[in-house]
Amino acid sequence: MPIARSDRSVLGRWWWTVDRWTLGGIALLLIFGVFLIQAASPAGAAHLGQSGFYFVERHLLELFIGILIMVGLSLLNPGQIRFVALLLFVTAFILVVATLYIGAEVKGARRWLHLPGLSIQPSEFLKPAFIVLCARLFSRDLETPHFPGRWLAAGLYVITAIVLLLQPDMGMTVLISAVFLAQLLLSGAPLKLIGGLVTLGAGGIGLGYLLLPHVASRINRFLNPDSGDTYQISRSLEAFRNGGWLGVGPGEGQVKMSLPDAHTDFIFPVAGEEFGLIACLVIVAVFAFIVLRGFWRLGKETNFFAFLAVAGLLVEFGLQAIINMGSALHLLPTKGMTLPFISYGGSSLLSLSIAAGMLLALTRKHAGPDR
Amino acid sequence: MSGLRPQFSPDNTHPAFSYGLNAPQAFAAARAQAAALPVLEEARKRLLCVAMGFLACFLLISGRLFDVMIFNPDAERSSSSSTLPAHVSRADIVDRNGELLATTLQLASLAADPAYVLDEKETLTKLKTVFPDLDVAALSKDMHSGKRFVWVKHSLTPRQQEQVNRLGLPGLSFQNEERRIYPKGGLTAHIIGYNSVDQQGLAGIEHSLNKRLTESQDSLPLSVDIRLQSLMHEALLDGMHKFDAIGGAGLIMDVETGEILALVSLPDFDPNNPTQASDSARFNRATLGAYEMGSTFKIFTISQALEKGVITLADQFDCRKPLKFGRFEIHDFHPENRYLTVPEIFVYSSNIGAAQIIERVDGKDQKKYLGSLGLLDPSPIELSEVTKPLVPDVWRDINKVTIAYGHGLSVSAVQLASAAASVINGGRLVKPTLLRRDHAPTDMPVVLSSNTSAAMRGLMRAVVLDGTGKSAEVKGYLVGGKTGTADKSAGGGYNRKSRLASFIAAYPIHRPRYLVFAMIDEPKGNKGSHGYATGGWVAAPVVAKVIGESAPLLRVAPVDENDPLIMERLRLPGMIGGAKKQAAANAQ
Repeated sequence: MPIARSDRSVLGRWWWTVDRWTLGGIALLLIFGVFLIQAASPAGAAHLGQSGFYFVERHLLELFIGILIMVGLSLLNPGQIRFVALLLFVTAFILVVATLYIGAEVKGARRWLHLPGLSIQPSEFLKPAFIVLCARLFSRDLETPHFPGRWLAAGLYVITAIVLLLQPDMGMTVLISAVFLAQLLLSGAPLKLIGGLVTLGAGGIGLGYLLLPHVASRINRFLNPDSGDTYQISRSLEAFRNGGWLGVGPGEGQVKMSLPDAHTDFIFPVAGEEFGLIACLVIVAVFAFIVLRGFWRLGKETNFFAFLAVAGLLVEFGLQAIINMGSALHLLPTKGMTLPFISYGGSSLLSLSIAAGMLLALTRKHAGPDR
Repeated sequence: MSGLRPQFSPDNTHPAFSYGLNAPQAFAAARAQAAALPVLEEARKRLLCVAMGFLACFLLISGRLFDVMIFNPDAERSSSSSTLPAHVSRADIVDRNGELLATTLQLASLAADPAYVLDEKETLTKLKTVFPDLDVAALSKDMHSGKRFVWVKHSLTPRQQEQVNRLGLPGLSFQNEERRIYPKGGLTAHIIGYNSVDQQGLAGIEHSLNKRLTESQDSLPLSVDIRLQSLMHEALLDGMHKFDAIGGAGLIMDVETGEILALVSLPDFDPNNPTQASDSARFNRATLGAYEMGSTFKIFTISQALEKGVITLADQFDCRKPLKFGRFEIHDFHPENRYLTVPEIFVYSSNIGAAQIIERVDGKDQKKYLGSLGLLDPSPIELSEVTKPLVPDVWRDINKVTIAYGHGLSVSAVQLASAAASVINGGRLVKPTLLRRDHAPTDMPVVLSSNTSAAMRGLMRAVVLDGTGKSAEVKGYLVGGKTGTADKSAGGGYNRKSRLASFIAAYPIHRPRYLVFAMIDEPKGNKGSHGYATGGWVAAPVVAKVIGESAPLLRVAPVDENDPLIMERLRLPGMIGGAKKQAAANAQ
């Protein structure tokens, strides 16, 4: 469908101003995701007693909603994005607090709200909203004299981190902390302060190691595979090894049958086994492309809010991918984290769609309010 | 290009950070302003560092992908396989020459999920071509029971599995199962035993050495030689059928090492299908059955009396009439009705004589001696199916006397064989074992002097030459032995009609190496045996057959029986030239 550059309709203008390369990268990831979930879904569905393509069908539905949200958000201007972020943060925060009381306990953590027809993990939605709000607070700190933006951002971080730790959701806390640190760094905070906070963060992980048994066991198992059950990681590596250069072929993978969470957190090994090294490298390259291209384009960004927000969203997106792939390859301790846009997972996919929508909105050429 | 850009109205935020400049000049101005902003400059530098960090991470992941998937798959495999719950299979069991007696196979079993079976009729018809014995009606019923999992066929052969695959039918799946296979079937059933469906030992070596078999993958070599096992089995079965017996037991033992080369209990069963076996078939008569062994016990009576010096081989005893002992009367089965020398008492198996000999021995000493031979404790053989000997609560004189000729104390065949082997082999206690030994144990306790042992070997040779065990003779192999015929106790008394006939032998007796024992349970006399069902008629031929067939396998060369050196070794004082001649000389 050719769209003339002179097309002044909403969509026409969107098409010519949006970062089409990033959009293309995201689209590629979504397509990989659909393929891989088709491969991994039957095994996961069999565990749940559902029909083979249960996850594929749900994923396609959620994908459709996600694309609508992404495109919709990318049409907004920075002011509207900030408004959406504020609204989303407040809603998500209330729901996260609610999960502590009425949430369903899944695998030892209360992260999920079961609503009729769907289950949502509200903490996922905190992420993009938190990043955009922090970016706003940091940029206001700079623009408006006597505006205590950094302190407010710090406060926002502390309450967010507390509710996430109460879930407990160590992975998301680490992710949010990393993004916050990155934004603090980029906002011009003294390097000494950053260094101090990193030390503090390491201490926090150490504290988590001491206080939260499941964190301790995961780290122990990473450092010393013989100390406990490393079933997932062993199966994951086995899947990669089976794959070789070109993989065993779509749907031919065997390890996925015995790999728990093959359709969510461990979808990368499925890609490795069925499509091989080349496909894995392509996936890594697409993630790297989106993140690094985003950073490169920020070199020309003059709006400080957009700079911080986009950088934060890219850090979140990139870190999540790195942590997921690193876990599957036994470079990092296993962390319940999805592979952006590829893994199945409604809340995660929708959250990422929101993040991507905001990213696209803030990176649009000369984006601004409609006439 | 700039002319085509959409026009925007100014944003209401601070102009320096606004997107909405509507003219190229304003744009340039904002850029200049921004460039002037040191914070943004610093932020860009820092962002470059962050970007470098990300690039490094992505490169690291790519490198790791190469590492795992291409460069070093084997090293990774071995390191990770140690952390996987590795599937440990049960160790094989082999005979002393490495012949496979038990192994574990991975077999596929076929199951169906009726929900995915498209055309039941077609599926069943096609499956029937692979499994002609498939019960289609029963399977069809199962498939309509509403279950999602129906077994079609257990333990497929690889060929059947391939054929089923070739049918290409949906809704069928293979389940891998482990199965223990006993290639020798019933032949080794009582030694090896069998497993439960979840591969835990339930009987035999599988049970007694379950831990060893599950902890080590190395195959377990037994002392058994499957060739000897086979011919023992054959000969015993033959003897059983000839005399219409209800059961039998037999064993071959190395008297130097205690290794059991063959151990047979009949009837037996197929350990591949143990649930089908009757209790009688599963009963190990060689180790779990406790029997009053009869006259073979005279080996112990006479050896002890000789050892203690209470008799000499030249001593004579009055065996003219049954011996009254309280309210009991002791009879001879082959009455000679005359004075008998000690060798004659042994050779003709005189109960009257044995009773008189044991009267010279204290009951406590007798008990101690039998205990030292292992006859009063369960056999230490590596099987769970061992009996506790039935020992009298109080060892009265009457017990002493009846035990002297093998009644009133019940032991297992393997106990009797070990004790006899200890008497024959120079007087060192033999510990029976089913595991292969490469050397004789160096710490065998001495239970008898070598002189007494030598005398016993001479006596046993005489039994075969002149006495009750003539039919055990195999030319050239110098068989020495002792018969045993016991009335089985039934309901507090003895039943003359139900007997246990046995023969214990060793060869070549001048330098004994192998002990052969055969026992036939409840034989019935026939024409060939002139109605007799005694150890000499029933069990001795079985032993003879086993010796004749096993000697070449065991590389025992035949010898010249008239070799003076051998004659000298087996010479018995008072018995030169045979018992009959001696008896005649005595009578004069």
